[in-house]
Amino acid sequence: MTPEASHTPLVRMSGVNKHFGSFQALSDINVDIPKGQVCIVVGPSGSGKSTLCRTINRLETIDDDGGYIEIDGARLPEEGKALAALRADVGMVFQSFNLFAHKSVVENVTLGPTKVRKISKKQAEQEAMEYLERVGVGEQARKLPAQLSGGQQQRVAIARALAMKPKVLLFDEPTSALDPEMVQEVLDVMVDLAAGGMTMVVVTHEMGFARKAGDRLLFMSDGAVIEDTTPEKFFTGPETSRAKDFLSKILTE
Amino acid sequence: MEDILFLFEQYPIWEGFWANLKLAFFSAIFAFTLGVILALFRISPVRSMSWLSGAFINLVRNIPLTVLVVMGVLIFWGQLQINMHPDFDTNFFMLATIALSIYHAPFFAEAIRSGVNTVPLGQAEAARSIGLGFFAAARLIIIPQALRGAITPIGNTLIALIKNTTVAAAASVMEASGIMRTMIEFNPNLMVAIFLIIAIGFSLIVIPVGLLTTWLSERLAVTR
Repeated sequence: MTPEASHTPLVRMSGVNKHFGSFQALSDINVDIPKGQVCIVVGPSGSGKSTLCRTINRLETIDDDGGYIEIDGARLPEEGKALAALRADVGMVFQSFNLFAHKSVVENVTLGPTKVRKISKKQAEQEAMEYLERVGVGEQARKLPAQLSGGQQQRVAIARALAMKPKVLLFDEPTSALDPEMVQEVLDVMVDLAAGGMTMVVVTHEMGFARKAGDRLLFMSDGAVIEDTTPEKFFTGPETSRAKDFLSKILTE
Repeated sequence: MEDILFLFEQYPIWEGFWANLKLAFFSAIFAFTLGVILALFRISPVRSMSWLSGAFINLVRNIPLTVLVVMGVLIFWGQLQINMHPDFDTNFFMLATIALSIYHAPFFAEAIRSGVNTVPLGQAEAARSIGLGFFAAARLIIIPQALRGAITPIGNTLIALIKNTTVAAAASVMEASGIMRTMIEFNPNLMVAIFLIIAIGFSLIVIPVGLLTTWLSERLAVTR
């Protein structure tokens, strides 16, 4: 990596605010995420962590007050073709999987590459099978999403995001909707991705995963990032009282 | 039985039903296409498109079909003297098809929109997050699922359309209900037979549509 490239963060959020009506969901967010970093976002319910994640590919708009978001040095476009092109570079994995319900597993993965990246169907299918094998659901390729377990569906969703060869992957509580016994299979895939150098923003309550794969941890409360630290430091010595309070609640469970 | 055979010999009943089928076929294609476009406009994030579509739907939906057909004939043919075809009958057949298409498009649009409401928001978000634009997401993800969720209301609209083709009589198209009127006029003593022919005829056309609708809606249902 050239010195200059290392100065350009892959994701830059600068002075970002977001209101839902009079409720302030995000308040003055300033975060730079360099290439290859795995950034964990935690916080109590309603603290704005999902909103933060969703603003990065503009599924949520931000307030037009001078705050901005850049992906790889390019300002997030407002609408239209430029925004669609940017979204193609930012993978997203949702809490509720959101696999295309009327398409088979392999079609879910090939849709983006063929329709957005315009690569041939044959090549897309070949690549899709590689991604599906990688996340361990290769044998399910011809089934419909509803025929798969939650854990399998979420792994397909990860394969679908990977097939776009994204610069950064966003995870919005990827294991929160899963039965407990399926959480680990999804986390294992995510740990592999992190080890492979993928830049990731992960909203999660999985503290084991955060410690194992996270390079950095943002603790949010009331729409603001109030601790910007490493998972290890956060779990062993949280600085703010709100973080201590939060940890005492989740760790007694 | 003799009466029925007599009526079939005397009057062009087959041709009448054939006209209804042709009207229904062409109108269904045009109305459905227009309905999809209206539905797309209606759900579009662009305010003006959504408003335009909503205005069209609410205006047309509230005009009685007979008024639409008669006004179409009087204005297009009577006032503006627009002939779409030199042949008188074909011209009126076209006018009736246009009126039927315009009238039923809003109903198809609303049926499709009810289907769109069955598609979870997450499907659109997932489509957008892999880089599909509004129209690509609509075409590839939302509309295919919406149609599967809207088969029953679409089928109902189609059944209504088939029966509404009888209003084309108001545009001088020779179709089954017009022939019924002529038969009653000249053979009022055969009223029951006449009624049975027309009622059974329409039932034979419409029942398969209903069965097909039920079968398709079960077969194509999107499992989530």
